[in-house]
Amino acid sequence: MSDVLILAIESSCDETAAAVVKNGREVLSNVISSQIDLHTLYGGVVPEIASRKHTEQINQVIEEALKEANVTLNDITAIAVTYGPGLVGALLVGVSAAKAISFARKIPLVGVHHIEGHISANFIENKELEPPFVCLVVSGGHSHLVKVMDYGKYEILGRTRDDAAGEAFDKVARAIGLGYPGGPKIDRVSKEGNPDAIKFPRAKVEGSVYDFSFSGLKSAVLNYLNSCEMKGETIVQADVAASFQKAVVDVLVEHSMQAVSEAGMKKFAIAGGVASNSALRAALSKACEENGIEFFHPSPILCTDNAAMIGCAGYYEYLAGNISNYDLNAVPALKLGER
Amino acid sequence: MKLMAIDSSGLTASVAILEDNKMVADYSVNYKKTHSQTLVPMLDEITKMTETDLKTIDAIAISKGPGSFTGLRIGSSTAKGLGLALNIPIVEVATTDALAYNLYGTERIVCPIMDARREQVYTGLYEFVKCGQSLEMNTLLESVAIGVEDIMNQINELGKPVVFLGDAVSVYKDKLEELVKVDYILAPAHMSHQRAASVAAIGARKLANGQSIPASEHVPEYLRLSQAERERNEAMNGK
Repeated sequence: MSDVLILAIESSCDETAAAVVKNGREVLSNVISSQIDLHTLYGGVVPEIASRKHTEQINQVIEEALKEANVTLNDITAIAVTYGPGLVGALLVGVSAAKAISFARKIPLVGVHHIEGHISANFIENKELEPPFVCLVVSGGHSHLVKVMDYGKYEILGRTRDDAAGEAFDKVARAIGLGYPGGPKIDRVSKEGNPDAIKFPRAKVEGSVYDFSFSGLKSAVLNYLNSCEMKGETIVQADVAASFQKAVVDVLVEHSMQAVSEAGMKKFAIAGGVASNSALRAALSKACEENGIEFFHPSPILCTDNAAMIGCAGYYEYLAGNISNYDLNAVPALKLGER
Repeated sequence: MKLMAIDSSGLTASVAILEDNKMVADYSVNYKKTHSQTLVPMLDEITKMTETDLKTIDAIAISKGPGSFTGLRIGSSTAKGLGLALNIPIVEVATTDALAYNLYGTERIVCPIMDARREQVYTGLYEFVKCGQSLEMNTLLESVAIGVEDIMNQINELGKPVVFLGDAVSVYKDKLEELVKVDYILAPAHMSHQRAASVAAIGARKLANGQSIPASEHVPEYLRLSQAERERNEAMNGK
């Protein structure tokens, strides 16, 4: 069989990204144009600004990805594009550009689910990894515990009932004066703090063992900050950060290990922006080792939003014959496993 | 010279193919579907119907704005993708220019008005003047987002008969009646909406004059900042 080259495009949030991926798992290029500096001014991603920036950057990013991979559109087998979930205005830029290129060059189009992309990031650096396995997807917009039964076949075991894990990091970071983006900043500051200094709650969701809830934890942190202020006590930023982080990590690890064990699986992976959190990685790595589970994780560049992961997921969708039509639309609340 | 033109700045999705002086295809749809669902299928349909070889297209003409932010981005991202894939440039045409060009031939002042919300319209003022055996469209007021009363005052000051067109006509019908002191008429349905054919006609002249840009450089002209930027500026100025 000849090589399958996927040109992948991702614009679901605040990174404009394009990549060329060969045979699903070999990344020939992975170009990411981040808008983070723009959004930092506003303390979070502003959808309209993100959409405008995507429109400005989209061609340069795609051209750069082709050039870096040393290929032209003539070499491309299929175009994969994220069509949800995400910010609708942002998604539409990538989807529209992808459809136009697909139409103009008669290259098959494959719509890809953003979370499926994150999960697939694990295939890129772990050539031996094959489904089935359990994957924890944690990012600024998502917190999912997913059973990956086969390529493109998923069962969602648990999800967040309120804030995504990354969202909680952002909100707490803002409250303790660290600013945006919260994840990396809390991770860094926590290294100087005592994770057992403050007892924050580990929330359980009644009736669904694998679901998450982080808004209660966030409120607990805010209440703690308020009460310190009232009592005139000094707030030790690093201790608050470390204790909050530990509370998040504990819940993620506990749910994950329970899910892997009950699913009777021996493989576990993490994905998404929060998967680069060093405390989470360390804790999961330790827990997996103790339970005799093989632990997989992408390197930080593939945890953040990128198009290489979309190319990988798109490759398996392409092989499965899931070709999209020119009326492919952005679906901001797209569910995993739905097309 | 062959142009493919796109306008998705308002409710109507419109595509056209212009070859020299021949409008090979001219296709508009104003239906409940989103531009994301209609635009590329429409391009596909006219291309197939007219057996157009996309390699023969010289440039993409795009209605660059003002208009619906999302609509503009769907059109622009599509145009940029086409430009990238076919390695051809983009010709930008202001949406209000193209709308006014629908009424080529009128002796009245042409005033396109598009609903910009917040009591404002995207508008401009144009007139046609004879130049040899054709008419030139002169711009009296370039594309702008201003208050409804503001544009009506300017029209009253000009003191000439006017024709209105665009999606804001129905929104502000009563306001027009109340505010416009000059003789005015409203364009009929077949001329009142955005048409890619008009974008193509203006675009062809701009392309002939060398007014095209690399596809990568095109961005819509929103004429407005995002709400977040506006509020931030206001907060900073207020301090």
